[in-house]
This record gives sequence, structure tokens and C-alpha cells, in this order.
Amino acid sequence: MDSGPAELEFDAEIPFTREHPAWATLKRLFHHRLFLFGLGLFGIILLAAALAPWIAPVDPTKLAMRFKFRPPGADFAFGTDNFGRSLWSRVIWGAQLSVIIGFSVVALNAVFGTLIGALAGYFRTLDNGLMRVNDALMAFPAILLAIGITAVLGPSMLDAILALAIVYIPRTARIVRSSVIVLREMEYVQAAVAAGAGHWRILRRHILPNAMAPLIVQLSFLFAYAVLSEATLSFLGLGAVPPTPTWGNIMAEGRQYMIEAPWIITIPGIALMITVMGLNLLGDGLRDVLDPRLRIQQ
Amino acid sequence: MSLLELRGLTTAFQTARGEISAIEDISFELNAGEILGIVGESGSGKSVTALTIMGLLPQPPARIAAGSVRFAGEELTTASPNRMEKIRGAGISMVFQEPMTSLNPVFTIGEQIMETVRAHERMSTSGQRERAIEMLDRVGIPSATKRLNDYPHQLSGGQRQRVMIAMSLACRPKLLIADEPTTALDVTIQAQVLDLLMDLRDELGMAIMIITHNMGVIAEVADRVLVMYAGRIVEQSPAADLFDAPQHPYTKGLLACVPTLQQDRHRLIAIPGSLPEPARRPPGCRFASRCTYRIEACGTAIPPLVMQREDRAVACIRADELVAS
Amino acid sequence: MKRNYELASLVLRRVLGALPVLLIVSLITFGMMRLIPGDPSSIIGGLSATPAQLAQIRSDLGLDEPFTVQLLRWYGGLLHGNLGRSILMGQDVMSVTLQRLPVTIALSAYALVITLVLGLASGILAALRQNTWIDQLAMMIAMLGISIPNFFLGLLMIIFFAVRLGWLPTGGYIGFTDDPVGWLRTSTMPAISLALLQVGLLARITRSTMLEVLRQDYIRTARAKGLPRRLVVMKHALSNALIPITTVVGIIVSLLVSGSVVTETLFSIPGMGQLLTQAVLNRDYPMVQGGLFLVTAFLVLINIGVDVCYSLLDPRVRHG
Repeated sequence: MDSGPAELEFDAEIPFTREHPAWATLKRLFHHRLFLFGLGLFGIILLAAALAPWIAPVDPTKLAMRFKFRPPGADFAFGTDNFGRSLWSRVIWGAQLSVIIGFSVVALNAVFGTLIGALAGYFRTLDNGLMRVNDALMAFPAILLAIGITAVLGPSMLDAILALAIVYIPRTARIVRSSVIVLREMEYVQAAVAAGAGHWRILRRHILPNAMAPLIVQLSFLFAYAVLSEATLSFLGLGAVPPTPTWGNIMAEGRQYMIEAPWIITIPGIALMITVMGLNLLGDGLRDVLDPRLRIQQ
Repeated sequence: MSLLELRGLTTAFQTARGEISAIEDISFELNAGEILGIVGESGSGKSVTALTIMGLLPQPPARIAAGSVRFAGEELTTASPNRMEKIRGAGISMVFQEPMTSLNPVFTIGEQIMETVRAHERMSTSGQRERAIEMLDRVGIPSATKRLNDYPHQLSGGQRQRVMIAMSLACRPKLLIADEPTTALDVTIQAQVLDLLMDLRDELGMAIMIITHNMGVIAEVADRVLVMYAGRIVEQSPAADLFDAPQHPYTKGLLACVPTLQQDRHRLIAIPGSLPEPARRPPGCRFASRCTYRIEACGTAIPPLVMQREDRAVACIRADELVAS
Repeated sequence: MKRNYELASLVLRRVLGALPVLLIVSLITFGMMRLIPGDPSSIIGGLSATPAQLAQIRSDLGLDEPFTVQLLRWYGGLLHGNLGRSILMGQDVMSVTLQRLPVTIALSAYALVITLVLGLASGILAALRQNTWIDQLAMMIAMLGISIPNFFLGLLMIIFFAVRLGWLPTGGYIGFTDDPVGWLRTSTMPAISLALLQVGLLARITRSTMLEVLRQDYIRTARAKGLPRRLVVMKHALSNALIPITTVVGIIVSLLVSGSVVTETLFSIPGMGQLLTQAVLNRDYPMVQGGLFLVTAFLVLINIGVDVCYSLLDPRVRHG
């Protein structure tokens, strides 16, 4: 074995093309069939929410008693309710409300859940105390805690958002904390510490970016829970006050007329299902692509 | 008649890029009481060969494309799943590389040995216990009776590997396949496990097929050696002859890589290049791109495995002239 | 013998660990009630009560004392099993809870059985027949399950089974001890609407856990020993898969109690969920404090039970 082999015509090794890692992930995401389907479903709802002022110009709270209880048909695409209000209008504006609520809860979770989780995971002295309070908040059945908080704050959309945020932040914090605890022990973090990097820098540059994957998956499922929970709260009369057309409110009001006018509860119910299913499929797709190992924890 | 006989075995896998053969045209024999070593680098097809014999490859995406495997006169490639279940554990047993994860963590080691016996022989529970204790004793686990109730996580890596061996021998198989049995263990434990395998061969007259990438292990235990490269056998020889006079350029390279104390070198020797991708194998000899002896003709056709003597074979068209040099 | 000792010490450790959590829970419930604007005095006194009368009521209820005094009083009562009197119900909190909690427990238990049977079976089946039509169908149904709001499902079932077909009553409740068949009739629709979300959740998690377990080395070893396939799956795979699944069951119980709030309201079932909702809306402090505390304590107990099951299933936890 002296000099290396002379060059031959055929190359037995595959050349390695380099692309930015994020591109590869995005490509895989957009080839994932369920993800695309979920994106489609949720996209419809998003679109309806964004275009509400143009596609549903009729005021959703406007009463028109002479049109009451019209079934879905030519004049009224989704029919009318007991006050003659256009269900089409109400459901479309309800979509906008659902999206705003879901997004707000997710945003609050992203900020505060990450903050608390990162602090607890990184600084061992804070961990015990923070996690005790966290566990206590998680011990409450979710709806009951939300009900309690909305009772304190009064029924309104903003308060429902705050209540749901408080209910779910502990769970988000736990997930971020788990990631941080694992990442804290990684060798490149130890190396940064040895090089004299400050705590915040390490958190910001090394730990948090790598903790993003499980967080993003959790946040997309959280959007779904938030929409579902808010609908439950307003169904119970604890969310935004009528005549605000949240889907839960529409269904609560329509409950008494469910035999004569079943479309009042059915259509918002289906809209809810489409939204939640779309978000769940998105979450599944994100999880499959970003970290298949998460499939067990969900 | 030999205990195990492979003729022209070819196993292929269905992949995104079409069907690719993992092993091609594998033929060899193994007799009772013999230790056959199969050596080659990672990806050479050693494990696939073993798994094909055992019938442990899921049939899609794997497929036995050609050839036959005869064990004690019986054809295994066409045997029913039920028949294979009976043969596995009782006729042919296998020990795997990773002792830390190969035992079920929620059952005691006693139970895991006993269930093997239960699956293949009619025996009372106390009889099963006796057999389990006997096996643990045989592999050198002290206080076997107490150890029966231990869980795998209470044992060290070396002990777990011994338990694996005990488990594989519980029904007195005629053939034991050991796939890298010592790779995950410390050097001292390695020696103990290899000694154990040889003792068992002497006592029970068992045939052993030992798969490894470590030439030292081969030198220690093997009677005969099979050298595999890129899914094919490139050399077959009694162990002593292989080390004295290797014939295939790849074998020569492997032996040259092993550092010795007599050498006066400053750098480790390695064979340049790496295994060709299974999907993009060149026509002709698969080792050619890394071979210092290659000529034009090497790139045209795959060299057949040719018998040099009654017990030696090489797959290299220049083998004869290289011996002379 | 040794195992009993290990278990007892585990239970003790969990109970001790749960105490600080319960303390914080009681603080939160107590504090939350005090933050609600308005207080029960106006509800008891009625619209025409004079300020003097309201002040008198407040004093009777001890609401004019400082926060810490009220808190300590409540803790004192707790240690004696006295949680105060429900303003709304006119009985003491403990006895009201003892009437209502079993109703919720019975409903949740019914839903739990449905969840375990359907969820585990479909998850295991989907894993064994991965990528076949069985798998895809099961996962589609599971996806539907986690996407339907349970009150919507309840409403649909009422319209269909109660109104259109008349098979089952639209609501109300018959106790199990009074009439088992009647109980089944009134509890079935609520239990199913409660359970569907959990069935979907459990099926998905069971499937992925089973798939993960079937990939493990010890499964390969079991097959290499010549064990029949059924044994490999049911004994070796399932025993390991049940470990993470047990943790999920703890979460599912909490979700069931949560979901029962809406279900009880929808089907007019006199359980804790419906009671607590009304209590909060009516500022019934003692009821909410006591009731919420008891329900949460109950759930904490269930989770300790789950932990015990977990350690029974996984020997590594017992010794570690």
C-alpha cells in the first residue's frame, strides 16, 4: 500500500450536495400529505376569518325578525336563527374570533411558557419552587380552573383568553423545561460555559433554538385546544357575551331550537370540527417532520 | 452431510431506488463442531446473511431472490413461519451485538430463559427452573439460583451477554450464530466470552458461526474463515492459512491494518476509499476502486469464487499470479 | 415481602410530595374566590336588602375578617372534616360533595371503561397492521374523535337517538343503586360523548408506543428464540408499551373530569361538575373552595395510584 489508487472512470461514492438545513425541513413538510390536508382545512378558516368584512358584509348582530328560522337555501346560505340573523355572517365572523382567540392564547404561551420553562430548566434553584406552583396549576381540571378565572375576571373574550392562557402555560412550561434540562447537559453547552459565555447568551444562542421543535409542535396542538376550550366556555355562558357571534355562543343560543332549526347548532359545530381537525393535522405533520421521536408524548 | 449448507443465496431489499441486493451468491458449508468466522467491514452483508438464515428479515421489504439454505437437510428458505419458529431457538440460536438492549427490561432473566424452554420442550415449571439455573451456571454466572429473579438492569454488560448466551443454549441448539458478540464489551470480558464459546463447542459439539469485523477475534477462535466484501464472499480459507498467506487483496489489506508491536511505523495503515453505495455499485469487481493490484480486466466482470485448493477459494482474477509474487 | 415494602414507601413518598401541591391548590382556590368582585351577601340578601343588612350577612359569614384569618379558619375546619356550609344548597359542603361526587365518578368510570377498551384495542390493532386500511381507518376515526367538541357530539346524539329514534332519554339521571338499567340508559350518551375525545387520544398514543416498542432489540431477541408471534406481541411488546400508556391514563382521568362539567350541564346530570359551575356563577365561596379542593385532591390521589401502577409495571423504577 504505497501510493493511492489511480483514477478510474467510475466513481463509487455519491457526491454530497449541501443545502441550508431549514430548506430541507420545509421541503419535507410540504411533501407530507396530512400536513397539506390540515393546512388546506385550516387555510379555509383563516381565509374566511381574514376576508370576513368582504364576504360577510351583513352585520352579524343585526336583527331581522321577519326572516327568522329560514333554513339554508338560496337567500341565506347558512339559514337564519331565531332572531332572523344571517347564520352565514355569524359563522364567518365567528371564524375571525376563533382565530384571534387561538392565536392570542398561543402567543401568550409561547412567551410566558418558554420563559418559565427555560428558567426552571436552566436554573436549578428556581426549578423546585416554579414546578411546585406549576404542578398545582396542572392539578386542577382544566375547565374548572378556566371557569374559576373567568368568574374572577368576568365573562368576556379577553378574559377567556387570559383564563385559557393561565390554564395551558404550565403544560407548555413543562415541555420547554424538559428540553432545556436535556440540552443543558449537552457538550456544546458545556463548552460554551467553559469558554466563559454568560447564562443569557447560552440560553439564547445554544439552548432555546434547539428546544424549538417540541415547542412548535405543542403550540399547534395548543391552538386547537384553545379554540375548542373557548367554544366550551362560551357554550356554558362564560366566554364572550352574546350577541358576540363566537361559535360556542351560536350553539348555546341554538340549543333550544335544535329540533325545529338544527342548522343553527350544526353549522358552527362543523366549522369547529374543520378548524380543530385542520390544526391537529398540522400538528401531526410538524411533529413527524421536526421530531418523530415525539410521537409517544404528543 | 454438513449441518448448514448455503448455495447461491441472494437477498434483496425493496428501497426507494428500486430493489437492491444486500448479499449475492453466498455459498458455504458448516459442519458440526466447527467454528466458522465471517469477517468484513460494516455494510459487507455479514448480518444480513445471518438474519436470512434465521428467517428474521421481514419479507417485504426483504426478499430471498435466489439460492437455498439447508439446515440438517431441511430447506429453510421455503419453510413456513410456524416451522421457522420451531427451528429458531431449538435448532439454530442467535446471539446479538447489543447486550444492553437485547433483553426485555420488565421480565426477570430467569423468566426469559424459562420461556425459551417452555416454547420448545414439554417440561414442568420446576424442570424449566432447573434448566435455567444449569444454563446460568454453565456460562459462569455466580449464585445462579438467586440471580434467576434479577432484572436485566441489575446486571453488567458482560453478564447480560452471558445471559444471552445462556438463553440461546437453553434448548441445546445444533448451531449458534453469534453476531458481533464481543464488540460492545471490554477487552477482558471479550476474552472470557470467547473462551466460553470455545468451551461450549468442545462440550456440546455445537457448530458456531461467529460474525465480526475484528481480525483478532477470528485469530482466537475460528477454524475456518469467510471474508465478505460488499455483499459477496471474496475469500474462504482455514484460519491459520489465511493469516499465513492471505490471497485476496482485501484480506491482505485487512491484515496489514492490524498494528503490531514489531512494526516500526508512525502512522496507522488503512485501506483508502470506502465501500461502494449498494445502489451504485460498479460493474466488475467491487473492490477494484480501492485495490492496488487492479488492472483493466477487473472492471468488466465480477470475479467468481474459484477453489485454489480443496479448502481455499478466492474471488480475484489475479490471485494466482499474486501468490507467486 | 420486599415488594410490599417498596410499594408502601413509594406511596408514602408520593403522598408527602403531593402535600405541598395540595397546599398551593387550596391557596389558589381560596384566593381566587376572594378576587371575584361582589360576594354572596348580595345573593343571600336579595335585591332589596339594605346596606346594613348586607353588612350583617357579611359579618355572619365571617367575610369582613382579614384574609389570613379566614384562610386559617378554613384550614382548621378542613382538619376536622368541616368545610363550611354551601350558601346555595343550604347544606354543608362535605355532605353535598358526598352526594354529588359519586355521580361524577360513576359517569367518568363508565367513560373510562369505554376509553380503555376501544382506545387500547384500536391502537394495538393499528400498530400490528401498520399502513393497511385498518390502520388508516382507525387513525381517521381517532382524528375525528379528538376534533369533535364533546358538547356538539352530545347535542347530535340527543337529536338523533333521543328525539328522532326515542331509544334513550334526553337527559336526567337515575342512580345505579336505584335502578341499574335506568342508570345505563341515562348514562350511555353522556359517557360516549365524554369518552370520544379520550378514545382518539389513547388510540393514537397506543399505536405510536406499540410501534416504538416493536422496533426494540429485545423484540428481535424474542423472535430469535422462536417464540410464537402472538406471544411476542402480547407478552413482550405489550408489557413494555403499557408503561408510557399508564402515564397517559392519568392525564385522561383529569380530562374526563374536566369534560364532565359540560356533559353534566348538557344532559342535566346532578354531578360535581354541574354543581361547581353553578357555585362559581353564584359566588358560593364555601362550596367552590371546598368542592374544588376535594375534586383536585381526588385527582391527585388518582395520579398517585397511576404512579403506583407505573412502578408495578416497570421494575427499573422500583429499584432506581
